[in-house]
Amino acid sequence: MTAPSPVPAPALLCVDDLRVRIGGSSIVHGVSFDVPATGVTVLLGRNGVGKTTTLKAILGLLPAGAQISGAVRLSGTSIAGEPTHRRVRRGLGYVPEDRGVFGGLTVSENLRLAERDGVNGRGPDYDTVYALFPELERRGRQRAGTLSGGQQQMVAIARVLLNSNRLLLIDEPTKGLAPRVVTEVADVLERVAAQVPILLVEQNLAVVRRLGQDAVVLASGVIVHTGPITGLLADLELTRSLLGVGHHQKPSPREAGVL
Amino acid sequence: MTTVILLVLTGLGLSGLYFLVASGLSLVFGLADVLNFAHGLFLSIGAYATWWAVNNLPGASAEGWGFVLAALVGVAAGAALACVVELVLIRALYRRPIQQVLVTVGLSLAGVALLQAVWGADSLPFPRPAWTQRVTRVGGAAVPNAGLLLIVAAAAVLVALLVLLRFSRVGLVIRAGVEDRAMVTALGIDVRRAFTLVFAIGGAAAALAGVLAGVSFGAVSPGQGTSLLIFGFIVVVIGGLGSITGSAAAAVAVGLVQQFVNYFSPGLGDICVVALLAIVLLIRPRGLASLSGRVAA
Repeated sequence: MTAPSPVPAPALLCVDDLRVRIGGSSIVHGVSFDVPATGVTVLLGRNGVGKTTTLKAILGLLPAGAQISGAVRLSGTSIAGEPTHRRVRRGLGYVPEDRGVFGGLTVSENLRLAERDGVNGRGPDYDTVYALFPELERRGRQRAGTLSGGQQQMVAIARVLLNSNRLLLIDEPTKGLAPRVVTEVADVLERVAAQVPILLVEQNLAVVRRLGQDAVVLASGVIVHTGPITGLLADLELTRSLLGVGHHQKPSPREAGVL
Repeated sequence: MTTVILLVLTGLGLSGLYFLVASGLSLVFGLADVLNFAHGLFLSIGAYATWWAVNNLPGASAEGWGFVLAALVGVAAGAALACVVELVLIRALYRRPIQQVLVTVGLSLAGVALLQAVWGADSLPFPRPAWTQRVTRVGGAAVPNAGLLLIVAAAAVLVALLVLLRFSRVGLVIRAGVEDRAMVTALGIDVRRAFTLVFAIGGAAAALAGVLAGVSFGAVSPGQGTSLLIFGFIVVVIGGLGSITGSAAAAVAVGLVQQFVNYFSPGLGDICVVALLAIVLLIRPRGLASLSGRVAA
């Protein structure tokens, strides 16, 4: 972490009064928050409060019939009216909740598909990807559908690391993974976060504590809290009321097992 | 024995025709979720454009390279019409399936009516090279060359499509798009370009089917595409939506069943094809392609 500068850096991503209605019911009603240009911003909240919907709205990935209003600005440029592929080409890397790996394609085909503009005009950065995930190089010819959940998550993360992105949007990367694999994923995200800012949706508080810098807390489609992660997690009463997790004086077994 | 050889080869000729119609339908549905009822129109346009070229285009004729030129005009017309249909009518209606069905059904009816208005409702004699009207002796059976031509053409199209899907970047995009279109866009790829290409490929294959159907039947009529389209849809459903190899296998099954049964009991073959469809759907609701688990290719 760098020392706090006297002048706050301009936000990388601004979400302003985002509203989403799907099938007549309002999922997100008036969400505004900023994502700074460094570190990991964590979008927190209980299940079903609109975290994934918010990420998808930023990317323009919501299904037909979704009514979306509000502004999304990347470095000051409004991107809300653009089709998804154009927003992504501005430098957004997306790792979806279900990982979005193409099961019928091989691992190397999955990576090849994700090749965009590469990094600094030098083509896709396979060196970084294979240094982080040597297993993916060995399993290049294997069909991605036959990989384990953790390996698929690595493919999904590797895809966004091939290109130079300005912001990564990562949705519950540790969901459903074994504790050992959760630690591996957290290790990788920590190294990635040193290079590129991340907007992270995560329920595992141990991972949140380890990676997070700023917190944005959603509850039933509205923002109920923003501020530094450390302040939020230190305030047990606030954590419990906002996230609905029993946060005891001692670390829970789940948390202790992970770190 | 000679009868069996004759039935197998003429049946496979029919399979070739069905595959040419079905391959485009299958890719378009698999990638873009568009049930294109106007696909038969591409077939008719291919046949009529070829017929027109032979009669009007200098250099085109019913023989040799002149016929190849005429057939290329037909195939290009089918591909061009498919592109226009995708860009003008379908593109505005992605993710609105009911409107798509209405538009493509309407276009199919209007297209047939337009062909009738211009060239009449009666079938026209189709120009065809003399060698396609002769037969080749295969194991004692006299097999019509037109049927062999259909087999060769369909096999060539099958190989070309598989090579495209497996080894090209756009093939990769198509295979991935059949699995999860939204995720392809989330990787920064404009998947709609692949839609247009797939429509063009499907239109070209259907137009080629129209030309070869004309050669095979010796005549072309406005409703020909629509009637072949029904079997095209059956092949696509049996084969598994979005799978080219599935469509090829299903086309072989449908063509052989139809030819053999029709030989012993004319007319019953078409009913048996529908029965085959029902059986496959009962045993394997997602079609033959779910055998291998592979989605496209």
